[in-house]
Amino acid sequence: MPIHRNAGADTLALHAGQTPDPVHHSRATPIHFTTSYVFESGDHAAALFNQERAGHVYSRISNPTNAVLEERIAALDGGVGAIACASGQAALTLAITTLMGSGGHIVASRSLYGGSHNLLGYTLPRFGIETTFVPAGDADAWRAAIRPNTRLLFGESIGNPGLEVLDIPTLAQIARDARLPLMVDATLVTPILQCPIDLGANIVMHSATKYLGGHGVAIGGLLVDGGHFDWEASEGRFPTLTEPYEGFHGMDFAEESPIAAFLLRARREGLRDFGACLSPMNAFQILQGMETLGLRMERHVANARTLVEHLVKHPFVESVSWPELDTHPDKALAASLLPKGCGGVFSFSLKGGRKAGSAFIEGLRLFSHLANVGDAKSLAIHPASTTHFRMSAESLLAAGITEGTIRLSTGLETATDLIEDLDRGLYAAQKACA
Amino acid sequence: MKLTVSGKSVYCYTGGRAHQPGRPTLVLIHGAGHDHSVWTLQSRYFATHGWNVLVPDLPGHGQSEGPQRESIGELADWVAALLDAAGTASTLLAGHSMGSLVALETAARFPDKVSLLALIGSVAPMPVAPPLLEATLANRDKAHAMINQWSYAPRSQLGSSSIPGMNLTAMNERLMQRQGHGVLHRDMSACNAYAGGFEAAAQVRCPTLLLSAAQDRMTPPKAITPLAEAFNREAPVRKLVIPGAGHAMMAEAPAAVLEGLWNFAGAFASSLQERP
Repeated sequence: MPIHRNAGADTLALHAGQTPDPVHHSRATPIHFTTSYVFESGDHAAALFNQERAGHVYSRISNPTNAVLEERIAALDGGVGAIACASGQAALTLAITTLMGSGGHIVASRSLYGGSHNLLGYTLPRFGIETTFVPAGDADAWRAAIRPNTRLLFGESIGNPGLEVLDIPTLAQIARDARLPLMVDATLVTPILQCPIDLGANIVMHSATKYLGGHGVAIGGLLVDGGHFDWEASEGRFPTLTEPYEGFHGMDFAEESPIAAFLLRARREGLRDFGACLSPMNAFQILQGMETLGLRMERHVANARTLVEHLVKHPFVESVSWPELDTHPDKALAASLLPKGCGGVFSFSLKGGRKAGSAFIEGLRLFSHLANVGDAKSLAIHPASTTHFRMSAESLLAAGITEGTIRLSTGLETATDLIEDLDRGLYAAQKACA
Repeated sequence: MKLTVSGKSVYCYTGGRAHQPGRPTLVLIHGAGHDHSVWTLQSRYFATHGWNVLVPDLPGHGQSEGPQRESIGELADWVAALLDAAGTASTLLAGHSMGSLVALETAARFPDKVSLLALIGSVAPMPVAPPLLEATLANRDKAHAMINQWSYAPRSQLGSSSIPGMNLTAMNERLMQRQGHGVLHRDMSACNAYAGGFEAAAQVRCPTLLLSAAQDRMTPPKAITPLAEAFNREAPVRKLVIPGAGHAMMAEAPAAVLEGLWNFAGAFASSLQERP
């Protein structure tokens, strides 16, 4: 059941979480560059440490600037609260380690950002947490992969690299049937295009480094809790939330707050002990970006649509992968779950393989050749010669890409300039293969 | 901890500390469609400062078994039975909104069981606007939205929180969603039907705190005057208005509510000691 919003998304993106400070009346969010906070008395200090009073103790655990960012994304996403982290990867790690320890198991979409895939597939197994990867759109595979020790289902709103659209309502039902939480990485859609909690997901994570910031100057991550998963009804699967934690005053987090148990534990343990907190400077920069999020996402989508339309007609382009196209298997799902658009990231394949891909990239002038997405500036990468350069043609196909695949992150530039640049790259690719 | 009242299991939050004999007890009664968790911050402080804390989920709410009680009088009788089950001696009984009516009626019916009384976000009578009462039955989402709109100060409406990182209105909505169908409607109906506030106030013999919030649109501070005047002149009544908060003042201004309760308990500590 979605949370009622008290204002529209553009209003929340500008105001949520912040009121002008009562001392200096600053309109903008102040940057609280401080590691720690002065206690009023010994009793006040003890009350803060024992969670008898709300407030800040040490900026690794909470910070007033970060709190504005947390409250803003929670208001936008329809969550009961949020935690700001050092990066999107930190947010994902914090969520997983809050929910499970050694012996835990995750079922995840196969179509994940490479960093998330590395964490789940290679790093977490060293700590006794295993993941079964399943095709994003195969509901039966998700169901079949759930084991008695499974503690989380995880996928991305729009998958990588094939732009698979996650069927969140169906997966949420599978998760509910198994009494498991569903977490969605909504980095590529932002709350402007989709709020996974409204569709049934329990937890949302963002790499705020991408569209939320938009400027490409600050790394950050956000973890948002929908507050509607019943941890106590899960038959002891989540002892971190339903049993006393000696590491924090013997607190039973679900008893303390059935609504906020997950965030309480994440902040009081994971953020405190693993320490992947966000700098308040980064929080401020991300907040600055979020103020224009709605306007930017509209432009990202509009520019992406223009570029896709141009590329599908180009004779040297073999295929374009974009969920709004008739040729994409998830077109109907995208229309239903992403009615405002599918963001600004898409991929296409050139005729001519690796050689064409490399030449295309070299021919670009406006698009920046780098490994990031969601920037205000347009970005391009050729996986076969960069992120996936060690892989054979067969292995690339298994990963859903070809030797000639190019991934674009459409920026906010004038669309005709972007088309001109793509044509420049396409001409270079054709020339290289002639 | 779990207690048994009238043969049914009752969940009570204790502020993270086990009860110890000889201590006064703070009993906190939640409002309509809520559970114990609305009192967390205030509970924990009292529990580490010499008090036993007893914060029940009312019958049919949270983790307490039903049946839900359908009138303020029935709830007052249930609270008295709860105090007996817990073996409390000197008691500061506080309630919020509907819980304040329950606390008031309990203090009137069972004066020997209540040493101090605190009514938080209270008025009597407590009529519920017909569109809201109707929505609690026909459209819970709409009812929750209306309650949030009237229960929080403007800054909370825009997601600004006294608790770092938390979205207070969303928390309240999820808490109300967790309660079973019909729970909110029966609670609101009990508030709406309660007509005994002035008579109950006249029977109260213990010191009473009337704690309001300046931006409360559900139970505005001005509206408490008739109830305040109905109290027995021999029983001290203190009024306190918290600035910058609305009806959900335990979440919006947790420190101010805590200080209001703590200072009240301190000012009338002798009333606690006089009890058997």
